[in-house]
Amino acid sequence: MGAILAIDGVNKRFHGLRAVQDVSFEVAEGAIFAVIGPNGAGKTTLFNMIAGVFAPDAGSIVFAGERIDGLAPDAVCRRGIGRTFQIVRPFAGLSVEDNVMVGALLRRPDRAAARAHARDILARLDLADKRDVAAAALTLPDRKRLEVARALATGPRLLLLDEVMAGLRPTETDRMVAILTELNRTTGLTILLIEHVMRAVMALAHTVLVLHHGARIAEGVPDTVVRDKAVIESYLGSEAPA
Amino acid sequence: MSGVFTGAVRPGAWVFLFIFLAALLVAPFLANDYVLTILILILYFAYVGQAWNIMMGFAGQLSLGHAIYVGLGAYTTAALYVHYGVGPWIGLIAGMAIAVACGALIGFLAFRFGVSGVYFAILTIAFAEFARIGFDHFGWVGASGGYFLPVAQYSHNDVWNLRGKPIMFYYLMLALSMAAFAICALLLRSRMGYFWQAIREDEEAARSLGIDTFRYKMYAVTISAGMTSVAGMFFAFYYNNLFPEQVFHISRSIELILGPIIGGIGTLFGPIVGAVLLTGLAEGLREIMDYFGYDAPGAKQVFYGVCLLVVVLLVPNGVWPPLARALRLTGGERRKTGEGHAGRETGEGRDR
Ligand SMILES: Nc1ncnc2c1ncn2[C@@H]1O[C@H](COP(=O)(O)OP(=O)(O)OP(=O)(O)O)[C@@H](O)[C@H]1O
Ligand SMILES: [Mg+2]
Repeated sequence: MGAILAIDGVNKRFHGLRAVQDVSFEVAEGAIFAVIGPNGAGKTTLFNMIAGVFAPDAGSIVFAGERIDGLAPDAVCRRGIGRTFQIVRPFAGLSVEDNVMVGALLRRPDRAAARAHARDILARLDLADKRDVAAAALTLPDRKRLEVARALATGPRLLLLDEVMAGLRPTETDRMVAILTELNRTTGLTILLIEHVMRAVMALAHTVLVLHHGARIAEGVPDTVVRDKAVIESYLGSEAPA
Repeated sequence: MSGVFTGAVRPGAWVFLFIFLAALLVAPFLANDYVLTILILILYFAYVGQAWNIMMGFAGQLSLGHAIYVGLGAYTTAALYVHYGVGPWIGLIAGMAIAVACGALIGFLAFRFGVSGVYFAILTIAFAEFARIGFDHFGWVGASGGYFLPVAQYSHNDVWNLRGKPIMFYYLMLALSMAAFAICALLLRSRMGYFWQAIREDEEAARSLGIDTFRYKMYAVTISAGMTSVAGMFFAFYYNNLFPEQVFHISRSIELILGPIIGGIGTLFGPIVGAVLLTGLAEGLREIMDYFGYDAPGAKQVFYGVCLLVVVLLVPNGVWPPLARALRLTGGERRKTGEGHAGRETGEGRDR
């Protein structure tokens, strides 16, 4: 299978701080691809460039054969990229179901069809029984799930997940891993995720990219990457498996 | 903070609504001229409140200059009528077009250049002020000296030319406010209504879900402006005189938003409840003061201020959400948004 996403030499500076430096990689269609690295490594910045929050200073981003760097976030979403926010941004005054409805209406203008789709997705993410609750009243793990549900409802071909396991208990992490695996397996959805929870990364990712100070220091299958000397020194430390 | 935008209504509420409507239909036959005047005012404020609510309550864009759209609708229909004998309903097409164009200009300037929140509100005030000063010097429509429609004693009600007795204006305003309610109910449940609410709640998150926020904010401003200009036509033909200092004055813009704020921003019934409370109580207060022989020119403004204070302190989301819950008209804790879920699946009638 070919690459659905090709990042080539992207750079981003914030007032002299090089948040992302010359990062290149490709994500194969149908893959689960993880980006890891210490705090401030530039992971979210990389996501924001893909999602159109800001354009890279240099380099290109090609999605499904089309250059998307510099497009606005809504245009990127309409081309088939869904994203979650590391710091969750639910529509607090709306119910859980209506949060997902907003996403579902993008490609299903008919309200009944959108609602049915929203309910399917809520069921997939174990949120069905909370659909009438105000999003403001959700616990953090549920808000993380809602982020995923809402992005998923837009019908993406590529899903960007920014630390959706953070703050989840191990059983909840395992459940989220199972949900994502299932999604990937049954729908062929490509997933690009940023994650600190190595338990989830090891279970999910086909490929792992490691960022440090904005630059790529390693890329490969999870088992190899976690044994990489540079990765252990800069990020994993004692967490690394023996 | 939940339930802020409650608008979903139980089946029992339809009975309530029906009685309310029936009362409004027969009211002119029971009311004296004075009460009829107040009822007309209430309906007027319910209408403009509803129109303003589309922008602020649905899409989260604060306009503090809505008097400009009333004024443009009023002056355009009046000028076409007086100068060219064009009937108000035809003139309204021009009036709406001008108001919509003005809303589009304000929206374009603000949304294209990322002006939002307080700065957007200030921009809307600025435009209303430009209009006030501009019309003060606009000789074709009387400038600051005022513009007047010919008044005569009418033996019959001429709806086509809006010449007639108060009762005709009452039914006109009733029809308009009912139409506004229906339009708002439809809009809120529509795809666009969802997108507006998403923008209101979190614009960046809305964009990440593929919503062209510029476009939908433009729809909100222009629809709201167009609807508001209809009230301008009513204003011109009901009062028969227009003064820039009154029509475009900021106090007019403020007055128009108090109803929905007190009733409940973003709700369908809020603008109605707010209009009834504010106008009804303010006039009642004046009656009482008259009775006791007091004459305090600023009393109404002070009263509005007190109302606002009470609401902000006690029911910050407006009177309607808690009132609806108290009357058991909405699904209470279960319903959180302005949209009724399809009741069929749950067996609960949760329509509006
Ligand atoms: N909008 C911004 N303006 C200025 N600096 C920024 C901005 N966004 C990120 N940065 C800086 O860029 C660097 C990379 O941040 P980024 O959020 O991409 O890191 P991260 O890898 O996602 O970290 P974490 O694991 O903590 O989420 C940090 O030093 C951060 O302070
Ligand atoms: Mg981050």
